Amino acid sequence: MSTDSSSLSRDDVAHLAQLSRLAVTDEELDLYAGQLGVVLGAVARVQDAPTADVAPTTHAVPLTNVYRPDVVAPSLPREQVLAGAPAAEDDRFRVPRILQEEA
Amino acid sequence: MSTDLTHLDVTALQAALADGSASAVEVTQAHLDAIAAADGGLNSYLHVDALTALATAADVDRRRAAGEELGRLAGVPVALKDVVVTQGVPTTSGSRILEGWLPPYDATVAARLKAAGTVLLGKTNMDEFAMGSSTENSAYGPTRNPWDHDRIPGGSSGGSSAAVAGFLAPWSIGTDTGGSIRQPAAVTGLVGHKPTYGSVSRYGLIAFSSSLDQAGPMARTVADAALMHEVIGGHDPRDSTSIDAPAAPFVEAARQGATGDLSGVTVGVVRELGGEGHAEGYEPGVLAAFQAGVDQLRALGAEVREVSCTSFDLALAAYYLIAPSEASSNLSRFDGVRYGLRVGDDGSRDLDEVMAMTRAQGFGAEVKRRIILGTYALSSGYYEAYYGQAQKVRTLIGRDFAAAFADVDVLVSPTSPIVAFPIGQRVGDPLSMYAADLCTLPASLAGLPAISVPCGLSEGLPVGLQVMAPALADDRCYRVAAALEAAQDAARGGTFLGQLAARA
Repeated sequence: MSTDSSSLSRDDVAHLAQLSRLAVTDEELDLYAGQLGVVLGAVARVQDAPTADVAPTTHAVPLTNVYRPDVVAPSLPREQVLAGAPAAEDDRFRVPRILQEEA
Repeated sequence: MSTDLTHLDVTALQAALADGSASAVEVTQAHLDAIAAADGGLNSYLHVDALTALATAADVDRRRAAGEELGRLAGVPVALKDVVVTQGVPTTSGSRILEGWLPPYDATVAARLKAAGTVLLGKTNMDEFAMGSSTENSAYGPTRNPWDHDRIPGGSSGGSSAAVAGFLAPWSIGTDTGGSIRQPAAVTGLVGHKPTYGSVSRYGLIAFSSSLDQAGPMARTVADAALMHEVIGGHDPRDSTSIDAPAAPFVEAARQGATGDLSGVTVGVVRELGGEGHAEGYEPGVLAAFQAGVDQLRALGAEVREVSCTSFDLALAAYYLIAPSEASSNLSRFDGVRYGLRVGDDGSRDLDEVMAMTRAQGFGAEVKRRIILGTYALSSGYYEAYYGQAQKVRTLIGRDFAAAFADVDVLVSPTSPIVAFPIGQRVGDPLSMYAADLCTLPASLAGLPAISVPCGLSEGLPVGLQVMAPALADDRCYRVAAALEAAQDAARGGTFLGQLAARA
């Protein structure tokens, strides 16, 4: 990716879109590269913060080791879950092929 | 009669239902009639199920007549933001990718409102996946502000704000990640409260930014907001970030505040949120209404002093790294396999292609922008400079709050630097849209409770005053907000929304 820390090239956006599984048109690439460059320039200000010896906050209210009782509880009925799927077959989610060639 | 019922606050509705002067069916029908008459103009609801609502209401009436024990909110209508999963009721989160999806379970918030006897009127419009400050990012068209139909109702909970301000629901549920309850409440003249992070369950909320998302009440009075918070709040073992601690009595805090005595309360005005040297981008009318609100708090006995929180200047930058980063991860679940849309599955394309085509067609522009930005901020070589650094800024903001709360009980600021802006004005400029969240972001990043309460009008449009408190001290928000509300109602000789009703 480009070395300038606060700009995104068209190629950067294309690469990030591919990583994110987003098909993007040429027009979208142009538009997003411009808009995201502006946004990135603004958010890059976090790099000016005096953060030597500052620990990161991942959650505002720290919690550790949250366990639930290890008891069996009913799951959602299979047909109810599959009812929302775009495609189901043999009581399972049907998925497009994941390999390039027929097995 | 039906017009009157839609103008009652929840406390008054409860009284009318209890003494028999109105039935639950009459109350529900009045709201359904109002929706049918006015929502064509507002577009505040994405889904209304009149038959189910009336059946639920009729059941409440039947059980009341039979002398059965009823829930605390029996027969009171409610609207839910469409980010709240509801069993068998369409839930889209404002996105095409979930169009037509019928969830197989209820969110905890929905289940608790149901158990309390509320009648679900419908699901409200929102920015897609709660990403926005205007509700213009909904895949189902923008919602309009009841005060001026050419202006935005705030966002992302803009359907919830417009429905309540437009008298199409007595109250509603919103969710707030960076201000999405407080800012829409402010620009429509409502009370909106973002609870302490973890004090209301996130189970069944369609996730945007998990370390920030929080559901809360949007209502016409502070007392109503406090009541709804008591019903939806409390520990939920299904949300591992849920706080297992007893909540303070919020309704009692609101009642105490409404007596109008704030002596012994110290209020800090945050310089970095519209104060001297930090007023750029704030409208003069907003600052004037805010100042009048602060003066009223002082007149009620509060001690007011200025407080500086220098790290707040970096809140916007930190937020627009953390929220997109978490969103890019959360939204990976929309893969066209388990629910929602699937595009291009013709047997010739593999999973990756189908996924990319599905997400391209199912997501709108702002969602795509944030996924791309978040993917960048989390990627190898950039993680420390962006996401890691943003999390450290979050620590600094938390420290500033802690230092401030050593000296004051609550902090106040305007809720939004601007009043409701015209629809279309900022859609092409993401950064100017993000600026609408300037004042609400610090409390979000620190996980603290914050309420917006009306404090006046600027150019005829509502202005909100924000009250922020330490974690789990939500009761302070309700107390101070109720005191200001009572003082303003007394001075005005009526409610804030009465001014809107009087225009119609």
